Amino acid sequence: MIGVARGSLAVAAKDLRAEMASPAQAMSLFVFALLVVVVFHFAFDLTAAEFTALGPGVLWVAILFTGILALDRGFRVEREGGRIDGLRLAPMPRSALYFGKVLSTWTIMTAVEIVLVPIAAILFNHPLGGWALRLLPVLLLNTLGFAAVGCLFACITTQTRRGDLLLPVLLFPAAVPIALAAVRATGHVLAGRPLDRFAHWLTLSAAYDLIFLAAAVLLFDHALDD
Amino acid sequence: MTAGDGPLLEVRSVSRRFGVVAALDRIDLTLQPGERVLLLGRNGAGKTTLLRLAATLLRPTTGTLRHFGREARGDEGAAVRGRLGYLPHGSLLYDDLSVAGNLRFHAALHGLADVRGRVQRALEETGLSGRAGDPAGTLSRGLQQRLSAARAFLHRPDLLLLDEPFTGLDAPGVLLLQGLLRERLGTAGACLLATHDIPSSWPLVTRVVALAAGRIVLDRKADGLAPADLQALPGAAS
Amino acid sequence: MLQRLPLPLAAIALPLALREAFLAAPAEQKMGVVQRIFYFHVPSAMMAFLGVGLCAVLSALYLWRRDRRYDIAAEAAAELGVLFCTIVLVTGPLWARPVWGVYWTGEVRLTSTLILWLLFVGYLLLRGQAGGDRDATARFAAIVAIVGALDVPIIYKSVEWWRGLHPKVLKISGGGGLDPAMARSLLVCSIAFLLLFAALYVERLRLGRLTEEVASLEQQTARLENAEGSPA
Repeated sequence: MIGVARGSLAVAAKDLRAEMASPAQAMSLFVFALLVVVVFHFAFDLTAAEFTALGPGVLWVAILFTGILALDRGFRVEREGGRIDGLRLAPMPRSALYFGKVLSTWTIMTAVEIVLVPIAAILFNHPLGGWALRLLPVLLLNTLGFAAVGCLFACITTQTRRGDLLLPVLLFPAAVPIALAAVRATGHVLAGRPLDRFAHWLTLSAAYDLIFLAAAVLLFDHALDD
Repeated sequence: MTAGDGPLLEVRSVSRRFGVVAALDRIDLTLQPGERVLLLGRNGAGKTTLLRLAATLLRPTTGTLRHFGREARGDEGAAVRGRLGYLPHGSLLYDDLSVAGNLRFHAALHGLADVRGRVQRALEETGLSGRAGDPAGTLSRGLQQRLSAARAFLHRPDLLLLDEPFTGLDAPGVLLLQGLLRERLGTAGACLLATHDIPSSWPLVTRVVALAAGRIVLDRKADGLAPADLQALPGAAS
Repeated sequence: MLQRLPLPLAAIALPLALREAFLAAPAEQKMGVVQRIFYFHVPSAMMAFLGVGLCAVLSALYLWRRDRRYDIAAEAAAELGVLFCTIVLVTGPLWARPVWGVYWTGEVRLTSTLILWLLFVGYLLLRGQAGGDRDATARFAAIVAIVGALDVPIIYKSVEWWRGLHPKVLKISGGGGLDPAMARSLLVCSIAFLLLFAALYVERLRLGRLTEEVASLEQQTARLENAEGSPA
């Protein structure tokens, strides 16, 4: 028998190892995110001046859409070949499976974001600077919230017929607080404002994370096959 | 492996329905230590459902199941799951992970000690040492089956649940699996083996149970039976 | 017996509510006749929340007890929640256009209600698409409902902060609260809508239970047919 921590790490490590074993797949997530940003670049003819105002929205649309793909893939992999059975048979608490998936999704999404943000800035001729580092907590907190609800929903939608359309339909409304908090906080960071101006948004994200991680721990068991 | 503590599996009046269809109807079955049960039945008779119920992957619609004397509910079931080994139709293997990587993941999930040593031995036992670093997806069906077996037995389970384990195995592979089963089960382990391949499984079997339309129609010791007798039974080799 | 009560009561209460809203309530200073939509808009919002909240509670009960009746009740509540939510979203723009000149004011509460609507329409879509295994559908829908309901206050808060202000749409008469005569009309209409909700809910529950009975009878029939066909 193993505990939640070890189980989660084992599951997350497996996901990440599989991801790194086929780098082409990992790259395709990043390319998709970049494409979304590029589409906005052309669709709205954005310039450097507007990056501070509109950049946050563009970035987070790209991130959330990419996140949907990552979530769907993450659980679809387990559906194939009945691999989810192997996970359900592990002598560990069921929540370990949930936390493991959240951890790997969070890591993969953050990895994409860390590369995406500087490249987007360059694309819009926005000078790189210390703001990129200050953006990290915003990225981490909000991505975690998205992954927390996303993993719960993805577990459900990958068991449903034509569930791939259902995931964004369910997840985007549910993740609205995250989207709003992320965009506002990112905007403040880009504009170089001090932390106390937007700390309440970070608090919102953190509260969202806690509430839904806790709720998912209770609910996840019901989302698995029976 | 623990000494016999009483029945390893008790299935009491278990039924399982999927919507309208009753896959299993009031099944009673008990597995004592040392028993090796051959589960026969036509396709659709309920063999896979029974195995999945025994593996705690399904909940019974009615009735109860007990493993090692306890009910495996939710998180308390973790201890039970650690002593079960399940070898299903699907491979449970991750194509992108290496052969050894798949075994290491299984070891991590079970919190096993001496992972390197165990994995190495498992690879040797199943003749896969030469392919240890290859992605599991590149293996042939037969070798994947060997890997699946290695995976199922890695944590030395007391109760083995096998669904068509000989599928895809060549003659050496069959011998390998037979030997592995004998050695792993020893005298105290038990297994429930569903298969149409009677010749391959016969040397191991101590008891025969046959299912038809979700009910048990035969349950007797294997002594005195010959494989030929079984051909006449419902579900043999179809 | 109690079940039969809401329908006739609603039948009486609704015309009364109409009378209240259009005749008895005082005319509003600036907005004119169209303001009277308020007496349907607000109670609808309350009923939408009631439907959503009820659905979440029943969903939690279903997950705890796995009793199919909770599932039927939860689905019924969600449908009514979406229905009244739709009324809110339709009456909102109808009110806004003549008064403020725009269809969508981007007003905080209306935006949040739109998100709520999307969430629970998603819930209904999930139920519609899930296919054969009804137990799985019930479990999945219950999870979505609970997450949705937990999310509602957070959504409202975040949209409020997003807009940066709290437009007090209710303070129409400019003072600290609602004009007492208007408040009374609102109360009458709210009670009428509550009765309407109850009447619709009772009927929808009945429909749900009957559907369930039919399905179970079909199962029994199929089982008997199977039993006859199999070897003894």
